[in-house]
Amino acid sequence: MGAMRLIARTASVLMIGFGLAGLSGCEQKSGTGTGTGTGAAAPAGNATKAPSETASSGGTKAPGGSEAPKTDSAAAAPAAEGSADDIVIGHYASITGSEATFGISTDQGIQMAVAERNKAGGVKGRQIRLITHDNQGKPQETQTVVTRLIEGDKVVAVLGEVASSRSLAGAPICQRKGIPMITPSSTNEDVTAVGDMISRVCFIDPFQGLVGAKFCAETMKFKKGAALYNRAQAYSSGLKTVFVDSFKKLGGEVVAEEAFSDGDNDFSAQLTAIRVKNPEFIYVPGYYTEVVNIARQARKLGITCPLVGGDGWDSEELKNAGDALNNCYFSNHYSHEDTRPEVQEFVKKYQDQYKKVPDGLAALGYDAARLLFDAMERSPSLGGKDLAGAINSTKNFAGVTGNITIDANRNPTKDAVILEIVNGALKYKATIKP
Amino acid sequence: MNRLIDHTRQLSPPRWTVLPRAVWPLLAGVVVALIAYYLVGPNISGFSSKLMLIAGTNIILAVSLTVVNGFTGQFSMGHAGFMAVGGYISATITYYGSIKLLGTAEFAGGALSWTGSGAHAGPFIGKGDLIFVASCIMGGLGSAAAGYIVGLPSLRLRGDYLAIVTLGFGEIVRVLLQGTPDQVQPWKASQAVDTPWYELLIKLGGPKGFNLLPTYTTLFWVYLFVVLTLIVCYRLKTSSSGRAFLSIREDEVAAQAMGVDVTKYKVRAFVIASFFAGLAGGLYAMDIGAINAGDLGFQKSFDFIIMVVLGGMGSISGATLAAIILTLLPEVLRDLPPVWPAGLVLLGIMAVVQAVRKHWHVKSLVGVGIGTIVLEGARQFCLSQGINIADFRLILYALLLIVMMIARPQGLFGIREVWELFGRKKKAVGSGQ
Repeated sequence: MGAMRLIARTASVLMIGFGLAGLSGCEQKSGTGTGTGTGAAAPAGNATKAPSETASSGGTKAPGGSEAPKTDSAAAAPAAEGSADDIVIGHYASITGSEATFGISTDQGIQMAVAERNKAGGVKGRQIRLITHDNQGKPQETQTVVTRLIEGDKVVAVLGEVASSRSLAGAPICQRKGIPMITPSSTNEDVTAVGDMISRVCFIDPFQGLVGAKFCAETMKFKKGAALYNRAQAYSSGLKTVFVDSFKKLGGEVVAEEAFSDGDNDFSAQLTAIRVKNPEFIYVPGYYTEVVNIARQARKLGITCPLVGGDGWDSEELKNAGDALNNCYFSNHYSHEDTRPEVQEFVKKYQDQYKKVPDGLAALGYDAARLLFDAMERSPSLGGKDLAGAINSTKNFAGVTGNITIDANRNPTKDAVILEIVNGALKYKATIKP
Repeated sequence: MNRLIDHTRQLSPPRWTVLPRAVWPLLAGVVVALIAYYLVGPNISGFSSKLMLIAGTNIILAVSLTVVNGFTGQFSMGHAGFMAVGGYISATITYYGSIKLLGTAEFAGGALSWTGSGAHAGPFIGKGDLIFVASCIMGGLGSAAAGYIVGLPSLRLRGDYLAIVTLGFGEIVRVLLQGTPDQVQPWKASQAVDTPWYELLIKLGGPKGFNLLPTYTTLFWVYLFVVLTLIVCYRLKTSSSGRAFLSIREDEVAAQAMGVDVTKYKVRAFVIASFFAGLAGGLYAMDIGAINAGDLGFQKSFDFIIMVVLGGMGSISGATLAAIILTLLPEVLRDLPPVWPAGLVLLGIMAVVQAVRKHWHVKSLVGVGIGTIVLEGARQFCLSQGINIADFRLILYALLLIVMMIARPQGLFGIREVWELFGRKKKAVGSGQ
């Protein structure tokens, strides 16, 4: 009993100690710029090893992905990480939290781009070092992390986030500090409206709704559709609104609009209501977790028409739906079956390294990083203003996810692809021009 | 009868002290806030001052929740809901108010709200600041009103039932806010000027969040409100209302038997807590520059409940310390700093305290020493093996919470304040002699 209490007291007291050490600790470390140790600290001679070294250990590894060789102790120690001459770029992402797979995929894409560039001699003859920080999927955490990247790690540019709400938390800080930020996959219009430092490489929400409508009305010649969307999600309700408007404009008819909310698992009520109207397809702009359930329940109710969706479907998890999602379609940023050489090269490299087919987020992360390097090379200096100017004047950049031209609102104009799900595999179906 | 009145007159403090006693908290707040903004802020890194700011808002939220969960012993799980109510109200007023009054939603503050880079050129307090402060207070009042409406019917319940009602309230707020129409974005500001104000009030962005808000929240405003919150809550605790709160926590039936109007005091505690939560919501929104109801679900409420429980149910200083610790801990664990300096400092403090109290407790000193050595050893081991601690930090964080709760189920300071803790022991030692 006495021993137990002693241990208990010690532990609690130590805990307070941690807290007190907090401020001094952060202060100490923020100057040295250690980060999570994802730095591709590859001096030229060591460059071939870079890809395996960039894969950070533990949590950032995808489940079932390749086990990167253990970094040797010297590389992991803060002192040995990178040299002062390196160009440091930052990435903030949800490596933990409910959307961790998004953050991890993006990070892998970026790491690949960094390793590749370093192998080819870096930018302006200098090596690039990537620092990735986890924001746990929280906006406040995002702000501390971005501040830390800019002030502590002295990054010249920031890449990040998938979710728009977190990009919107990070963007004002980058804008204020004059550090360019490129978001790989935040589709909310407001993100780039924060200021001239913020740009993106993915298309925005309205465009994807339009793509879905064009595909259904023009490619598939559907006349009667229904929509089932997540009312609580910006992405889902945004896509649905644009889709319904565009589909009507293109001569189609939307016979039913049903909504659900975050965390719903039972969609039978909405699906029954849709079944009565007998549509030719159902537009389901949602995330993959919801879509799998919706598809299964729809088939159980005897609904045989195809489901059509957006890039939120893009995940390995779709396999869980089995046959239910056969011959369904969704719009996406890229298809790994696209025959363009950039795509094939990227897919091959990614598969070699991570032993899985890259999803759209990985491709966008890869493109965001490469577009940044391209802009760095063109920019007269690495100062915030020059670099942002170079990024914003990007024209016809040949990315994996299409030819990217940044417009006046710092959004790209590019094509979208439609993928078909055939027996769990994704087949390229069509390319839709803006 | 007259003698009784005379007696009360003598007991009550002289008239002239009323004004100073009412004003000094505000002055203290301004002084502390100025120190935080002008002396502390610029001399620590931007990262540290950001953490300090977040810790500040968390202190307000944790201490205000202490009034309900700690003093009154009710279990509210809707604190983030009140924060959302206040945050959205104050975001609406700041954003649309700026558009209506100033013609633009751009930052229009003075030096006290300047968050941009470089020195601020302009007035000390701008028009925007006034709108911002007014909006925060309005946010607090709106949230308090919501607290009253929710509290009146539901606070007749107790324990688990109340927890579920407050949880439900938080979710209702979240879902309602997510169902609002798109906001009028800054580049359509001219459109908003022509729209009648009552139509603007519901254009809160829905699931996209209320974005692109001007950022006014600085260390000055946060610590001004932190000091006010702390003083108000401490005075409340020692007032007759506070004693009524505590009596309800200790035994509701007995309190009622002694003439305490249980429901009235519960509602009062609830309203006060909601006010400060709403205030903090405003600070939060104008710090991030965006507010999204999706981030203020019941998971967020749990953050504050953990702070209150960890600090000790009913301890203001405990909740404050817990808010600071829980804000810093995940960041500290990001790159585990050396443990031994903290251990040494802690040993020093404990030794001094024990020497002052003339009550040596060798076991605890040895325990801290051994603990420090073990933790430092573990850290060195991880470094030498190249194990990236940052990847496991959230597990460590959770583990520390579990250990903490097993070690001190009553929280850091139990139901007392940190100074009472030492005072009581001294008295106990003294009486023993």
